[in-house]
Amino acid sequence: MRAVVTAPASVLSTVAAEVDPADPEIVELADELVAIMRASPGCVGLAAPQIGVSAQVFCVDVTGHPKAATTHGTFVLCNAKVLEASRWRPGREGCMSVPDLTGDVKRAGRIVVAGLRPGTGEAVTLTTDAFEARALQHEIDHCAGKLFLDRVAGAHAIYQRKVYL
Amino acid sequence: MHELAITVIGPDRTGIVADVAEALAAAGANLTDSTMTRLRGHFAMTLICTGTPAAEAEAALAGIGLLTSVREVEPEAAATTGEPYLVSVHGADRLGIVAAVTRVVAAAGGNITDLTTRLTGPLYVLVAEVDLPPGRADELTEQLAVAGAELGVEVTLRRAESELL
Repeated sequence: MRAVVTAPASVLSTVAAEVDPADPEIVELADELVAIMRASPGCVGLAAPQIGVSAQVFCVDVTGHPKAATTHGTFVLCNAKVLEASRWRPGREGCMSVPDLTGDVKRAGRIVVAGLRPGTGEAVTLTTDAFEARALQHEIDHCAGKLFLDRVAGAHAIYQRKVYL
Repeated sequence: MHELAITVIGPDRTGIVADVAEALAAAGANLTDSTMTRLRGHFAMTLICTGTPAAEAEAALAGIGLLTSVREVEPEAAATTGEPYLVSVHGADRLGIVAAVTRVVAAAGGNITDLTTRLTGPLYVLVAEVDLPPGRADELTEQLAVAGAELGVEVTLRRAESELL
């Protein structure tokens, strides 16, 4: 299994390439992302650039998270885009690729996201809110070469992480 | 009315804020605006006080065993009229990141109103709040991209939102 890469690795700041969801390598990558997410305590999402692969693929699973309202279980999306975003609100975010810092980031509290499922290539449109919406935006940002550090709310909105899961 | 700019820094320990605030209160110095934080084990305070001549505040702080400076200052001038922006920088640590980025901001007429830097492992993060003259954002975005490329760091410039609720 690949290791999670941390900033300032350049792959995290590179706009990732769109992928063919039917490509067997992408299906394998999707499985690997889910496996690493499950093996990482507290991890609710992981994007391919975080394991050194510059591809627009990520997985999310916020099941059971106290801040989650709507949940879609474990899923992987390729080439995902945010179609609609509303109800902007601040929240604290951390990232396995920025292990020592957290930050306050404003994200949409309700979003509509379109993407393709790996393997079948089925086009899906997800409508979600609260913590799952935040996780999706965080992962879509990774695929666009953005970290939460690019979106923090102000000069005093980054913090040294105190609690390690 | 005397207005004083006071800085205090020393190794962090329990009771620093209480000691300083008590000494200033006893000298009749009214603490108005302040910012205090711990930086790599040093506790740093920047305070604005009113009501006491500089010499009295200085005498009050002399006995607390911290590095202090007291200076009489003019009250705040008129507020600036710029547009608020946020600059985020992250990348591998190297000499001169703050100097280069802030010089580019200054050259565009941007006034930095708040700035934080963090070094965690190899990752250097800078977040600055900037008042920018109207119409200069696009130009500054380009100039920051050039500076960022030279430094090998990622730079983003975004409009800071100021919402009235």
